[in-house]
Amino acid sequence: MAQMTMIQAITDALRVELKNDENVVLFGEDVGKNGGVFRATEGLQDEFGEDRVFDTPLAESGIGGLAIGLATQGFRPVPEIQFFGFVYEVMDSISGQMARMRYRSGNTVNMPITLRSPFGGGVHTPEMHADSLEGLMAQQPGLKVVIPSNPYDAKGLLISAIRDNDPVIYLEHMKLYRSFRDEVPEEEYTIELGKANVKREGADITFIAYGAMVQASLKAAEELEKDGVSAEVIDLRTIAPLDVETIVESVKKTGRCVVVQEAQRVAGIASQIVAEIQERAILHLEAPVLRVTAPDTIFSFPQAEDVWLPNHKDIVKKANEALNY
Amino acid sequence: MKRTNEKIAEQFPTFQILNEEGKIVNEEKMPNLSDDELKDLMTRMVYTRILDQRSIALNRQGRLGFYAPTAGQEASQLGSHFALEKDDYILPGYRDVPQLIWHGLPLYKAFLWSRGHFVGGQMPEGVHAMVPQIIIGAQFVQAAGVALGMKKRGENRVAITYTGDGGTSQGDFYEGMNFAGAFDAPAIFIAQNNRFAISTPVEKQTKAVTLAQKAVAAGIEGIQVDGMDVLAVYVATKEARERAVNGEGPTFIETLTYRYGPHTMAGDDPTRYRTKDLDEEWEKKDPLVRFRKFLEDKGIWSEEEENEVIERAKEEIKAAIKEADGVPKQKVTDLIGNMYETLPQNLQEQMEEYKAKESK
Repeated sequence: MAQMTMIQAITDALRVELKNDENVVLFGEDVGKNGGVFRATEGLQDEFGEDRVFDTPLAESGIGGLAIGLATQGFRPVPEIQFFGFVYEVMDSISGQMARMRYRSGNTVNMPITLRSPFGGGVHTPEMHADSLEGLMAQQPGLKVVIPSNPYDAKGLLISAIRDNDPVIYLEHMKLYRSFRDEVPEEEYTIELGKANVKREGADITFIAYGAMVQASLKAAEELEKDGVSAEVIDLRTIAPLDVETIVESVKKTGRCVVVQEAQRVAGIASQIVAEIQERAILHLEAPVLRVTAPDTIFSFPQAEDVWLPNHKDIVKKANEALNY
Repeated sequence: MKRTNEKIAEQFPTFQILNEEGKIVNEEKMPNLSDDELKDLMTRMVYTRILDQRSIALNRQGRLGFYAPTAGQEASQLGSHFALEKDDYILPGYRDVPQLIWHGLPLYKAFLWSRGHFVGGQMPEGVHAMVPQIIIGAQFVQAAGVALGMKKRGENRVAITYTGDGGTSQGDFYEGMNFAGAFDAPAIFIAQNNRFAISTPVEKQTKAVTLAQKAVAAGIEGIQVDGMDVLAVYVATKEARERAVNGEGPTFIETLTYRYGPHTMAGDDPTRYRTKDLDEEWEKKDPLVRFRKFLEDKGIWSEEEENEVIERAKEEIKAAIKEADGVPKQKVTDLIGNMYETLPQNLQEQMEEYKAKESK
């Protein structure tokens, strides 16, 4: 086993799949010679050639259309959108086209596309780089939305995403790219899409999170442990489809729940989770299910970003509200 | 002094082979088609004209759904299609159903697509085409991808896509041609300039004198063709196809044409935005009239032959409607089943819910 950062684990997964399947092609802005602005595709063009790993002209809608066209010819495209804030330029290709192709064709056309993109706050980017727009994707039937929280998951989930015959939006939190290392097996392995992971078992309260908020939730759980509170932490791994079974099972056990998301509050993933819990487990609840989210503004300018983003202290505070209800 | 716009437009004169009287005006470019092939082209245009008339009637009787009339555009649609090979891939707009039918989509499936039944989107094995695109221009960026895929596989195939004059204002129009150009991908982009995007005249779409000159910005081949002249459209497409498979990159073709009918059968009234004079001016250019004259002058076409085609078309349309009527009614559970390769939990639950609802 090797110690890898999340970005290294992602590169490793891409290498594994480029080796495994000659139909896998990687493309996007600056992914070839430059290896991507975060170096996710570092060295892959040299290793696999320009036919498999290539730069495109600078146009996101074109990149989306290219992926769809290549998929019709039996390729397994892995396009990169340089920052997920640029997704609005490719919304039709994603929501209007690739998500609907199986349905539109009466289940005769696969769209095995994995669209990778960095997102997430805490790295002081210019506007339209860090926004959490996963809710837009999760609301679109026909897509799967995967958000890894650590290097080990990043590799296994990405391999699964590339092998999936439906379009997967694979979002990589920028803050997690190099913030810590994990043991990551050098051989290939997969992690099932649509299944959450109980990262930490607990008895008193459940935290449900994904992406960078998993780390914040784990930190909050450690803090609460000092006060004798046993918190369970669920890492969703995939936000569409949601693993409702794992969520509900945990809440039935603990009776209390805080859902954590970095995105703004309105119409987000957390709201969906709260709805599922109250429909399926209301009689097990000892307190209302609470949410920790960003406020309903446009993503913060860098100068206020640290306060704007939810953190482990916000989670501890909400947890205490639920515990003392 | 001429402005750049005009100077560029001069490089895109309208390519014509047959004039309105059905006379050859461009002998040098006359394609080497056999009499049978020429008659086949006429047969397809006559058949498609009848299909359009019957489709409009069926729509009015409530026996068809969404329908975008095609009369007037037969030469643009079928002349370009006639230049393709069976393995070429078509990315049509919603008016481009005739090309799909001549590419192998059974008529009853075209009717099912119009009615909004998922079976209408199921291309038979070996019919290389996408379901007609609703979003204007989206097929252009996809065509670049299809063509790049063919190039990567080293195949002698091309991707061909269609939009209208309005489509040339979309960002995807330019992105698709630019991508295909940058990759030297074997794509053919066609804009059927029928002069109106629903009601907006082409003069309001762009300041460019011709649409064909838009190819210049992408650095690809461009040509403006008389879209009422089936031979000119055929030759322009055939040459574009040859360049594409020879690795010389994509071509953009503008065909000058006209739709006689409304935009769609969903309440559009062309008298609000077109004059009778303009309609008549274009009807004089009719692609069937001039090609019929040409074939009759050659002595290879007669009224009897044309009537046979018309009768055959009517019979086949009748049979196809019957076949479409016989396809089992679409259920919500069918739609749920067509969402993913493997159904996720939420849809599994909804499948059970709708199974119960639909069994009542």
